[in-house]
Amino acid sequence: MNSANKIFEKEIVVKSTTDNLALIREFTKSSAEEIGFSDEVTGKIVLAVDEACTNIIKHAYKYSPNGDIYISMKFEDAKFTISITDEGNHFDPNKIPEPNLREYYKQKRVGGLGMFLMKKLMDEVKYSTITGNKNQVVLVKYLPR
Amino acid sequence: MADFNVNLRGVGSVSVIDVKGYLDAHTAPDLENVFNKLLDQKQFKVVVNFNDLKYISSAGLGVFMAYVETMRENQGDIKFSNMKENVYNIFDLLGFPILYEFYKDENEAIHKFIP
Repeated sequence: MNSANKIFEKEIVVKSTTDNLALIREFTKSSAEEIGFSDEVTGKIVLAVDEACTNIIKHAYKYSPNGDIYISMKFEDAKFTISITDEGNHFDPNKIPEPNLREYYKQKRVGGLGMFLMKKLMDEVKYSTITGNKNQVVLVKYLPR
Repeated sequence: MADFNVNLRGVGSVSVIDVKGYLDAHTAPDLENVFNKLLDQKQFKVVVNFNDLKYISSAGLGVFMAYVETMRENQGDIKFSNMKENVYNIFDLLGFPILYEFYKDENEAIHKFIP
């Protein structure tokens, strides 16, 4: 499949453990490759999804392994949309400032990098709260025509 | 499931950490354990050889940020070597080249500690 007009849809549900990050990356990689992204862009998408899921495991579920992470992927009209949903604690992404590495280094802070990376790697990153108290982050990457 | 290996060896007064495979939130604690061991042994001069590292996420980057200051306060440092382009690009995206030294070759990095 290497056409921008075809429709692609896939979904996976995984438990909230870091054990599953390798599986999540494999699922993302095979989807991005099937759609026709280059190796370089596929690598960026894989890392962004890893960061989003890592944040959910750490912050939404606070390392409790029993939470569910729903990852759905859709490709239509050259737009690859990855929606990642959880039922954990809500967090306000607007309260997390963009990191300044030099300040981070001084303060020995190591968090917050994931969200910064996601914004750098993807074309769009949007957080929202959806019905039933679920949190959702939507990542978008456009396939160059 | 994630495939990651970390190995520690001494080259003179310098500690070399070889990282291999996938460094993510699941495997980063393995690397932290090695850094804690180095602190216990008061070994502050560290070179990380990335030759066999295929993947890194911010959880892995965070480990280097968490330990570098302590190393520097004790006349040491964490220097990087043999990094593949795809891994370097992630460090670059976060501005690491301003704060860390990157070398093509492990020996070059080691010799910076032993002038």
